Amino acid sequence: MSVTPAELGETIRRKDIRSRWLLSAPAMLLIGAASAGPLLIVVLYSFLAPGSYGDVKWAFSTDGWFNVFLSRDIFDDTVSLADAHFSIFWRSVRIALATTALCLLLGFPTAYFIATRPQHSRSLWLFVITIPFWTNMLIRAFAIQEVIRTEGLVNTLLMKLGLVSAPIQMLFTDFAILLGMTYVHLPLMVLPLYASLEKLDFRLVEAAYDLYASRFNVLMKVIVPLVKPGLIAGSILVFIPALSSYVIPRVLGGGKNLMVGNLIELQFGQGRNWPLGAALSVTLVAIVLVALLFYVRNVGKTGGGAHG
Amino acid sequence: MARNPARNFSIKRLPGFATIAMLSFFILYLPIATLVVYAFNAGTSIAAWEGLSLRWFLSAWQNQQVIDASIRSLQIASVAAIIATACATLAALATTRTTPYRGLTFKYSLLNSPLLVPEIVTAVALLILFSRIKVWTGYSGLGYLIAAHSAFCVPFAYLPIRARLENMDLSLERAAADLYATPFKTFRYVTLPLLWPGILAGLMLAFVISLDDVVITEFVKSGGQDTLPTYMLGQLRRVVTPEMNAISTVFLMLSLAIVTVFFFISRNPQKDDP
Repeated sequence: MSVTPAELGETIRRKDIRSRWLLSAPAMLLIGAASAGPLLIVVLYSFLAPGSYGDVKWAFSTDGWFNVFLSRDIFDDTVSLADAHFSIFWRSVRIALATTALCLLLGFPTAYFIATRPQHSRSLWLFVITIPFWTNMLIRAFAIQEVIRTEGLVNTLLMKLGLVSAPIQMLFTDFAILLGMTYVHLPLMVLPLYASLEKLDFRLVEAAYDLYASRFNVLMKVIVPLVKPGLIAGSILVFIPALSSYVIPRVLGGGKNLMVGNLIELQFGQGRNWPLGAALSVTLVAIVLVALLFYVRNVGKTGGGAHG
Repeated sequence: MARNPARNFSIKRLPGFATIAMLSFFILYLPIATLVVYAFNAGTSIAAWEGLSLRWFLSAWQNQQVIDASIRSLQIASVAAIIATACATLAALATTRTTPYRGLTFKYSLLNSPLLVPEIVTAVALLILFSRIKVWTGYSGLGYLIAAHSAFCVPFAYLPIRARLENMDLSLERAAADLYATPFKTFRYVTLPLLWPGILAGLMLAFVISLDDVVITEFVKSGGQDTLPTYMLGQLRRVVTPEMNAISTVFLMLSLAIVTVFFFISRNPQKDDP
C-alpha cells in the first residue's frame, strides 16, 4: 500500500492541527473556567427567583428581567416603566459618550503630535502616554480626587487668584466622573489613533495643499477619512470600558451618582436581588456586543489601525 | 519626506494641535505629580503643605494591614503571572504561523474575551460561581483569586508573545528538524531562546495587570484577603491621610519600574538580534 504525497501532507496537517488544539487547551480551559464560562451562570441566574438573604431560590422566574425594564407598584400592583433603571442606563451611556468625545478631542491632536515627531523620539512619546495607563486605576482616581476636592489644588489656586470666593464643589458630581473617566481612558484613544496616523501618507496631504485646500479642509477631508479605522477603534476602546466603569463612579461620584456597574453591584450587595443583578449584567453585555458589532462591521474588514 | 525645501510651509503642522497635545500630557501627569508631592507632606492633611517629611512612608511601613495586603498582592500577582504566561505561550504557539484552520477564530475570540467582557460582569459571575464552590468544598484560600487573576491576565501575556512569534521565521525550526532534532529539542533550543523576550514582556504585563486589579478582586476575595488595591478602596471611604499618598507612591514606582523594563525589552525586537 503506497501513500501519495497528498495523503501524507493531509496526515501531517491533521496531526499539526491536533497538537495545536492540545497546546491551546490550558489557556482555553483557564479562561473557560474562570472568565468566559461563568458568564453562562449569570444568564442562568437571571431566570431564577431571588433568595431572602441574597443568592437565589432554584425556581424559574422572569422577575429579574421584568424588573430590569418595568416596576410594579407595591400598593396597587400597577406596572410602569422602571424609570430608575432607565435613567441609570441612559446616564451611563451619556457619560460614556461624553467621555469618548472628550478623549477624541484631546486624543486626536495628541496622537497627531506624536505621529509627526521624528522617528526616533516617537516611541518615547508613546511611552510617556502609556505610563499612566499602567498605573493603578484606583490610584489615578484618588489622584483626581485630590486635585479637585474642596481644599484641593484647583480650588486653592482659584481662590488665591481671586477668581472665586468660595471653593467650588467638584468632587462627587457628574463633572468629577467625566473628568476621571477622560483621564483614565485617554491613552486608549491615543494608541489606536497613533497606529493609524503613523501610516498616513503625507504626500496626499501635500497634494491637497497644492490644490489650494485650507488647513481645515485638509484635516476634515483628507486626514480624518484616512484615519477613520483608528478613530472608530479608539472610540470603541474608550466607550466600552467607560460604559461599564465601576471604580471611577464609586470613588469620584460619591455613591449618589450611580452608573450601571454600581447598580449591578448594589443588587449583589445591599439590594439582595441577584436575579435582577444578573439580568442587568446580561443587558450590559448586550450593549457592549452591539458596540463591538458596530466596530467589526466598520473596521474589521478594512483591518487597519485596530491595534489596541 | 517628499517636502519642497524651497517652500517655507510645513505640511504636517496643524495649528493648535501641539498645544492640545501638551495639555493632554499636563492633564495626565498633574494629578499623579500632586499625589506624589503630598506623600512627602509633614502635616496630617492631604491639602495643606506643611513641610517635607518621610513620616507617612514610615507610618505605611509600620501599618501591618498595608504590609499584609502588599505581600498578598505580590504573591497573587507572581503566581497568576506565571500561570497566565505559561498558558499564553502555549496558546500563542498554537495560533500563530499557520494557515487558518477550523476553530482558529474561536480560539482568538476566547483568548481575547477577558478584554471585551465588562469587568464588573466577570466579577459578579465569579462571585456566583466561587460562592457555590466555597460551600461545596469548604476551601476558601487564595486559590480563587489566583484562578481569577490568571484567567484575565492571559490576553495581556498573549499579545506580546504572539507579536514576537509572528516576526519569527519558521526556517530555523525547519533546519533543526532537518538535522533530526525532536520537536521538543527544537522548541527548547531554537524556539524558546528566540521567543524569550516576548515571554518576558508578557510575564511583566500580566504581573502589572494582576497587581492593579480592583473590581474582580473586590468581588472574589473572602474575608481577610484584601490586596493592596482593595485595601485602598476600603480606606478611601474614611478620612484620608497622606499615608495613602505614600502607599500610592511606592505602588506607582513599582509599576513604573516594571513598565520601563518592559518598554526596553519590547521595542524594536528585530534590532536586538545580531
